[in-house]
Amino acid sequence: MDKLTALSPCAGLLPLTIGATKVVEVEPGQMTSVAPYNGQLNKLSKAMKAAHGVEYPQANGLTREGDTQAVWFGHAQAMLVGPVVEAGLAKHAALTDQSDAWAVVALSGDAAENVLARLVPVDVRLAHFPVGMAVRTQLQHLSVSLVRVDEGTFQIMAFRSMAHTLVHDLKTAMEAVAARG
Amino acid sequence: MRITCPICGERDRREFYYKGHAVSLDRPAPDAGEEAWDNYVYLRENPAGETRDLWQHEGGCGAWIEVTRNTVTHEITATRLVSEAKS
Ligand SMILES: [Zn+2]
Repeated sequence: MDKLTALSPCAGLLPLTIGATKVVEVEPGQMTSVAPYNGQLNKLSKAMKAAHGVEYPQANGLTREGDTQAVWFGHAQAMLVGPVVEAGLAKHAALTDQSDAWAVVALSGDAAENVLARLVPVDVRLAHFPVGMAVRTQLQHLSVSLVRVDEGTFQIMAFRSMAHTLVHDLKTAMEAVAARG
Repeated sequence: MRITCPICGERDRREFYYKGHAVSLDRPAPDAGEEAWDNYVYLRENPAGETRDLWQHEGGCGAWIEVTRNTVTHEITATRLVSEAKS
């Protein structure tokens, strides 16, 4: 049998540095969507804290502990990123393995906000989009999760099948911002 | 145009998908009769003024939202989750 080689979603596309911004691929580990059952949110949040050190996130928010993130991912949905999910959480929520389904990148640098301002219809300035904020929005035509993980860095998740488009859109905006000097 | 999602906050119109009048929240009973069903399926008001319609925050949190807006002034006066409008 042929030997198969695992490729990351952005293999051959990243890293990319243009002007004052940089994009690198993030290896997120396991990704599991967590959709709480009716009336189970508090129990779920406690069970997540006990098992993974992170509570269920507030809307537009993020909880994290070490390399583990619980990213708010929409109406009644969060994405647990990093560890293999504790099976017991299935008592309180629908769990779906989405590992390898998402391309995850980190955009950083002095011009990162200016690059995103060309791509997403939300205000990404620090005063309006603080560290730990996690929104679902659109990056050009892509449905994405956008998180400010620290003051200078945004984490962007898009469908893996759209990895080329994601990098293309980021690259185009980075070039345009850099061209303005 | 900006719409305030009850979950995400004020967002650009391009993140939303428009469905139509919120009449679909008031589906008649199966035995409500021909007139009620004819009304529900085919007949719509075309108000100059306040109307309610359904939008989905498709490019955001995915929630269905009932939007109350004015067709004359374009003002949006209220938004709420369909899951709450129904309960
Ligand atoms: Zn929303």
